[in-house]
Amino acid sequence: MQHPTWTRPLLALPFLLAGCAGWPSALDPKGPTAADLAWLIQLFTVLLGVIWLLVVLAVGLVVFRRRWTAAAMPMPKAVHPSEERRPTVIVMALVVATCITVLVLTGLSFAGQQRLFGVDEPAVTIQVTGHQWWWEVRYQDGDPSRVFTTANEIHVPVGLSIRLVLESDDVIHSFWVPNLAGKQDLVPGQQNQLGFTVTEPGIYRGQCAEFCGLQHAHMGIIVVAESEPAFRAWQEAQIRPGKLPETAEQRQGMQVFLSHACVMCHAVRGTPAGGRTGPDLTHVGSRRHLAAATLPLTRGSLAAWIADPHGIKPGVNMPIVPLASDELNSLAAYLEGLK
Amino acid sequence: MRAPYLAPLLIVLCGAGPCQREEREVRPDPAAVVETDEKVALTTITAGPATPVVETSGQGREYETNAYHLSQGKTLYKWFNCNGCHANGGGDSGPPLMDDSWIYGGSIENIVATIREGRPNGMPSFRERIPDPQIWEIAAYVRSMSGNVPAAAAPSRSDSLHAHPAENRQTPRPPVAGGSTPPSGLMPE
Repeated sequence: MQHPTWTRPLLALPFLLAGCAGWPSALDPKGPTAADLAWLIQLFTVLLGVIWLLVVLAVGLVVFRRRWTAAAMPMPKAVHPSEERRPTVIVMALVVATCITVLVLTGLSFAGQQRLFGVDEPAVTIQVTGHQWWWEVRYQDGDPSRVFTTANEIHVPVGLSIRLVLESDDVIHSFWVPNLAGKQDLVPGQQNQLGFTVTEPGIYRGQCAEFCGLQHAHMGIIVVAESEPAFRAWQEAQIRPGKLPETAEQRQGMQVFLSHACVMCHAVRGTPAGGRTGPDLTHVGSRRHLAAATLPLTRGSLAAWIADPHGIKPGVNMPIVPLASDELNSLAAYLEGLK
Repeated sequence: MRAPYLAPLLIVLCGAGPCQREEREVRPDPAAVVETDEKVALTTITAGPATPVVETSGQGREYETNAYHLSQGKTLYKWFNCNGCHANGGGDSGPPLMDDSWIYGGSIENIVATIREGRPNGMPSFRERIPDPQIWEIAAYVRSMSGNVPAAAAPSRSDSLHAHPAENRQTPRPPVAGGSTPPSGLMPE
């Protein structure tokens, strides 16, 4: 039997769904709020799909029945009132069914929203500020000496409730980690909140979901969910000031860092560098990625990024800082050592 | 011969003129980021009858007429805390920048030299602390504060409250020599 050629690409279509496995995916929820959203979209898809099928079947039935009976039974010119009653009842019943469906779906999505924007007291409050094109992350604490700033990587304890306070420094951004929660905008001059809990340890990738300029596509973020003791240990390490350079090369790198343009925008706690307009680099070596989850953090990628940031992210605000090659090497060694 | 469609066609073609937009270099060449050599005069007085030698690279015009550079300059002016001393241009412990009087010259090259080298009584040197293209951007923005750049390129709004009319609405005030360091900028005696 010869299949028509156009069916082959169709048969291959389900394999594309394989791309939905792994991260990040809203259909693979790792927390109650994301599970609520995934359940809602599945319910909507299945329910509305069934209704659509029924409607198409009914229309098809009417068309074909009319075609079969048209010749034998021409359309009457006038319908007797007693025969008109039946269609009226059917239409009324369907209108009521539609109303009930819409109301139930509205109620369900409203209930989902109640959980999404719930006001339960969070265990960890994190202020996330959007910048073109990176994320500033500030861990809030009642004790001001325990507040610290990092960038582009959020660590959270598994099973505890997290609240993000979202702000923006320039244009509108949107925080979206599909596995953990829905999108929430970061609007200049406004504070938005997003609450979620992570149920499974892992590394979840997020992405800016509101077009924010040239490097919007490279404005990624990583959420690292770990056990509470591991999270507390990470938190204590982040609160500490930057590690002092150990080797001669790192010491030279620190001098390069402090005597060049780096200090105008970047901070390394424990040194005079206190710039606030670029990512905090106090523990940059402990992060998994560089340049808003664009490059894996290695000494090589640090050097590449400093030497030519516009080659990696054209239009980025990080300027080209002219450095001699040995200065660049030692600077990369110093930054990599800031664990 | 007169064709009825000729006039509308001409109008449409004229309308296409403004489609030419300013182009922005999003991937500058790292090797091209070098400090330019600007010979500027800080005073009109010289020994002998000749006037002071002024030799500039001429790249200032590129920065003064480019909206992206001017708006970056405006951002960097705040990021690098220029407003810490010069406020929004009205001056504080540093001299005002939105008026017409310039102690060390008001051309973009003079301002670039002032930022690079620093000046007595408080202005620090930003050489190596700010990469050269960014110094030019800030200098171009400082020129826009007194209306000395094309209004079509000057910034038209602030991200915060406006302290004065937007830079593109400033009446041009060509630089004249003069001004002095405000008393608050002087060393206590």
